[in-house]
Amino acid sequence: MIQQVDNPVLEVHDLTVSYDKKPVLWGIDLTIPRGSLVGIIGPNGAGKSTLIKSVMGLIPLGSGYAELFGKSLDEVRDQVSYVPQRGTVDWDFPASVMDVVLMGRYGKLGLFSRPKKADREAALTALRQVGMETFVNRQISQLSGGQQQRVFLARALAQQADIYFLDEPFAGVDAATEKAIITLLRKMSDEGKTVIVVHHDLQSVETYFNWIILLNTRLVASGPTEKVFTQQLLQETYGGKLTLLSEVGNLLKKGEFPNREKTI
Amino acid sequence: MNDLLQFLSFEDPNTRYVVTGTVLLAISSAIVGSFTFLKKKALVGDAVAHAVLPGVCLAFMLAGNKNPVYLVVGAFITGWLSLVIIDQIVARSRIKEDTAIGLILSTFFGLGIMLLTKIQHSGNAAQSGLDSFLFGKAAALVGTDVIVFSTISIILLVVVFIFFKELTLIAFDEDFAKSIGFPVRRLELVLTTLTVMAVVIGIQAVGVVLMAAMLITPAAAARFWTDQLKVMLLLAAIFGAFAGVFGAYVSYTAPAMPTGPWIVMIISIIAMFSFFFAPRKGILYKMVKQRRIQKKIRDENILKMFYQLGEVDGDFFSSRTSDILAERRELASGQLSSGLSRLKRHGYLKSEHGSWQLTIEGKNKGQRTIKLHRLWELYLTQYLHIAPDHVHDDAETIEHIITPELEAKLEKLLEYPDVDPHMSKIPYES
Repeated sequence: MIQQVDNPVLEVHDLTVSYDKKPVLWGIDLTIPRGSLVGIIGPNGAGKSTLIKSVMGLIPLGSGYAELFGKSLDEVRDQVSYVPQRGTVDWDFPASVMDVVLMGRYGKLGLFSRPKKADREAALTALRQVGMETFVNRQISQLSGGQQQRVFLARALAQQADIYFLDEPFAGVDAATEKAIITLLRKMSDEGKTVIVVHHDLQSVETYFNWIILLNTRLVASGPTEKVFTQQLLQETYGGKLTLLSEVGNLLKKGEFPNREKTI
Repeated sequence: MNDLLQFLSFEDPNTRYVVTGTVLLAISSAIVGSFTFLKKKALVGDAVAHAVLPGVCLAFMLAGNKNPVYLVVGAFITGWLSLVIIDQIVARSRIKEDTAIGLILSTFFGLGIMLLTKIQHSGNAAQSGLDSFLFGKAAALVGTDVIVFSTISIILLVVVFIFFKELTLIAFDEDFAKSIGFPVRRLELVLTTLTVMAVVIGIQAVGVVLMAAMLITPAAAARFWTDQLKVMLLLAAIFGAFAGVFGAYVSYTAPAMPTGPWIVMIISIIAMFSFFFAPRKGILYKMVKQRRIQKKIRDENILKMFYQLGEVDGDFFSSRTSDILAERRELASGQLSSGLSRLKRHGYLKSEHGSWQLTIEGKNKGQRTIKLHRLWELYLTQYLHIAPDHVHDDAETIEHIITPELEAKLEKLLEYPDVDPHMSKIPYES
């Protein structure tokens, strides 16, 4: 069940990504319609984070490409926002909440120019949207997990993008934060923004998302929630890796084979 | 003492040169080092510092003299080369960064020492003083050296100022920096180049062996005092400069003494001091805080004891001797008596003829502690399904930290219960 759409905001074409020669994503082909709230679902090690990282150009691709709004990432960076996993940064870094949210303005500012008053205002607005306006000058080391996630989301909002990629925004946050975040994501999607979320908790999938990508190294399904979120497809996603596929993957790693004949 | 006064008066133009040079290079290496410190690449500075030695020696062999420009260029080339090789080893093999740094550091330094020995036996008269690059000699910073090194220091500071926003971002969140299209590879190259330059100009005063300390230690010390990046950079610069001036002084008064070890000792003492005495992050502060918590717990336990005795005989305000109190609870006698007199000082207890009794405030405080204890026991049995005989120890701690807000929530949630899981009455304020 892989549903393709016309005029997609995101197109992933024949994407293969390997770590240390072993493919973690294999031949992914998918398209996402504008304005959808997308959940990327799959077991641990399925390549969920890898998928959005490769769309964001953070890891080298083995094959294929990703296009946003029908263009390459470099042409539309201004419209794209990426929220890394909360645990990837050092929250003991000497910075305040405002410092971090202002980083969301750096893309628009470009190199060498300092944030201006308007940027501070945009950052404040973003903080208000996530309910953190009273924490402006707080040191980030003093925040709870949920507050850290809200700050990350505020930084993304300050980018004023049209498509958002969020890596596990609900991991390790309190119930109030989870609710605040999903409300905000729904609102963004209602406003025509596309929101793509790596998600772990199967229980909330149906209520949170209207488009679902099921992933386990290969693409199992991509389509509207009601068509994709079925017992059978979930079984296929979580029912272990395809044994033959992972054996071939191991062979590639062992033999140090390239996974496409021509490599650059 | 006269030496010191004469040194501080800067009468001797040489002193002025040496001090200006050392301070500038100490400041620039502290500032550049702050960014490598925040990027958790502290060891990289050490690798560069050792790797510049063969460059210095080769430059001398080719040029035949100690012209600082040649030496700087030579040092820069091998220092930079070492970082490129470390990068390549990490990218193309299974060797991890710490191992690669260890390998390259020792290889380059070994090569440097070989070349240095060869030069020393070559009979070239110009070579004397080249060995001061090992442990540093601030007093050797004279004339053109100072001008060359100071210029580079100032260039470094200007570059950091220009790249401040970018360097901060790649130190905090590299993936995000890439995602907004910042040229992260090239920015890292800038930071690498700054690190190499800071080392190159620092080695004259501090020496290659200990140069890493000038990059890392001021930043590490400054981090203890502040959570603001700009303040941290300023403090690192001040600490570095202070150590630099001191090093210059030692070099001035005792020319035979290598400067590097002295500078490093001073900056390390500053770091140790910060480690122990900085507010909030220092060890001493944490110890004092722990002691305060211990005292609070002890005081509340004593008041609780008075209240429990009152529950037994129905009179909360009768006098108790310290012997009776000591029987009820295991407390070192010193702790009990100091706790009693502290509670008296604070108005929770009164004393007469060696026996003690609660004041109204003391009774209320003891009662609240008991109430929280019993409420918490009930909460644990009802909401966490913990057996009633397992809840006491937990409640012994929690009773001391529940805030009035949580207290109100707890009461409401449990609907103002009358008794705890052991059927003891839960006392409310009347």
